[in-house]
Amino acid sequence: MAEKALEAKKKGQQKTSDEYSYIGMVTHRLKRHKLAMAGVIMLVLMLVFVFVGPLVWRLDPNEQIEGLEGMFLTPSREHPMGTDDYGRDVLARMFYGGRISLSIGFISAVSSTLIGAFVGLVAGYYGGWIDNLLMRFTDAMLSIPTFPLLIALASVMGKGVTQIIMVIVVFGWMSDARLVRGMVLSLKEQEYVEAARAIGASAGRIMWRHLFPNTLAVLIVSTTIGIGSAIIYEASISFLGFGVQAPVASWGNMLQNAQQFIWTAPRLIVYPGMAIFLTVLGFNFFGDGLRDAIDPKLKL
Amino acid sequence: MATKLVEVQKLKKWFPIKGGIFSTVVASVKAVDEVDFFIYQGETLGLVGESGSGKTTAGRTLLKLLQPTGGKIQYKGADITDYSPTQMRPLRRNMQIMFQDPYGSLNPRMPVGDIIQEPLDVHVIGTRKERHDAVTTMMETVGLRPEYEKRYPHEFSGGQRQRIGLARALILNPELLVLDEPISALDVSIQSQIINLLQELQQRLNLTYLFIAHDLAVVRHMSDRVAVMYLGKVVETAENDELFDHPLHPYTQALLSAVPVPDPDVKRERIILQGDIPSPVNPPSGCHFRTRCPYAMPICKEQEPAVVEAAPGHTVSCHLLTKK
Repeated sequence: MAEKALEAKKKGQQKTSDEYSYIGMVTHRLKRHKLAMAGVIMLVLMLVFVFVGPLVWRLDPNEQIEGLEGMFLTPSREHPMGTDDYGRDVLARMFYGGRISLSIGFISAVSSTLIGAFVGLVAGYYGGWIDNLLMRFTDAMLSIPTFPLLIALASVMGKGVTQIIMVIVVFGWMSDARLVRGMVLSLKEQEYVEAARAIGASAGRIMWRHLFPNTLAVLIVSTTIGIGSAIIYEASISFLGFGVQAPVASWGNMLQNAQQFIWTAPRLIVYPGMAIFLTVLGFNFFGDGLRDAIDPKLKL
Repeated sequence: MATKLVEVQKLKKWFPIKGGIFSTVVASVKAVDEVDFFIYQGETLGLVGESGSGKTTAGRTLLKLLQPTGGKIQYKGADITDYSPTQMRPLRRNMQIMFQDPYGSLNPRMPVGDIIQEPLDVHVIGTRKERHDAVTTMMETVGLRPEYEKRYPHEFSGGQRQRIGLARALILNPELLVLDEPISALDVSIQSQIINLLQELQQRLNLTYLFIAHDLAVVRHMSDRVAVMYLGKVVETAENDELFDHPLHPYTQALLSAVPVPDPDVKRERIILQGDIPSPVNPPSGCHFRTRCPYAMPICKEQEPAVVEAAPGHTVSCHLLTKK
């Protein structure tokens, strides 16, 4: 009897083959995280909407219906989301605007986190004058007012999606750098870092294999929040006229544009607003789940 | 037993204390202050002393995990004191360390197989498959089931984790292993398992141990020779039995009198030391032990006692012995 129970217990403990790789383990654990799966579903729906949608709904987002009767059309068969103040199809603009907003959000949040993590790792690990130099530079960057510089940058580099991403990255990495540096300061005193030095591991290896993975949980949360704020940041830059330029659509400039018509056509605000809301929420759910899934100590 | 594997002379490790507006060095913690000892090839040197006596710092400075403030470290006759990290890299294969804390010494985000394999990766030894095979063999050697290689450190008990730490230290086939209180965080029943494992492996792999501990019974069981540290100084060194049977330094005598004897009929005089160990920032002048020494004399305050060889291989630094 006891042996049987023991055997059953052993079976329960045995791990399936897909748990033997790191990616496999994380996916397996992610699947069991309900909130994360909700986030994944929201994000997948959003991606399908943005990338598959235009293949089904073949309308030009910049084509205008001539004349006054084309403006502010209510939703109909031809225009499921109606038309905007220029008589353009809102659904088509949501598709193409979403592509731009999502890529700006994702690319800029991920790259600013990576840059911030790198700066923080180097500053925290080496300490001394390297730390001082990097952190004073970080402080200086934080104290620069973004918008005036943005206007200057825009006149030098020109306007467009790449420029926006660069601007968001250049002004977005500092908080992650500080976050990571603080964590590294405490992590590098751990004995496993000393053990790594004792086996002769290089500084790069210690930072990449021992310190970085232990800051990852916090970084993932910070990135997912960063995606949301990058999308919103793009919106405000576009509003100032230095972002995504009309007639190219982004959720941000659609939202800003719709402000003037909040009484005449409130739905113009609701569509991009809801899209941004759902995307940001989806990334946050997913980020929470991912943080839990990569922490081997948590039981999922 | 004739050749010395490592020897340190006048080894010093001072940690600066910074203060003031310009963070100038206002004082130093003299964790290790002019320490001499050596270890013969294949033996176990026990390093004992109470908390704060500098034994852990001595062990880490010996491996150059901490850069010494002064003195000389010789490994196989070569002076490695001023070796750069790059010069140390090939030597790291020969000298390894096992840590005290079974929780802090393993990266919580790394599967144990990777932890044990990392030394091989760092030194680029063997093919991928050979490395993996070496990990399997090593896990069996230290008494871990190889199929647990994908598990994470938190899934193991304290004793198992110490085995993981031992496997990581041994996979490079080192000559010298510094055991930094490897059992003081473990249950008594597990302690004996690890001690037996360490002794068995020493025989099999021809290892040299620096065994840092404060448990005198275990030190007596493990060591060939013993060095006693007090406040950054080695006060007495002798062969195991010699030290335990004829302790000469008052501090060693006090330490040994605290070891319980499993016989209720034995009546012993316990020497109870007054007060705490003084601060290593401002150690007492002369003999560091004089503030707590029952035999303190005026000379102890003025002069640092010289090292005296009281018997062959038995060195003591105490004025009680220099005076005669």
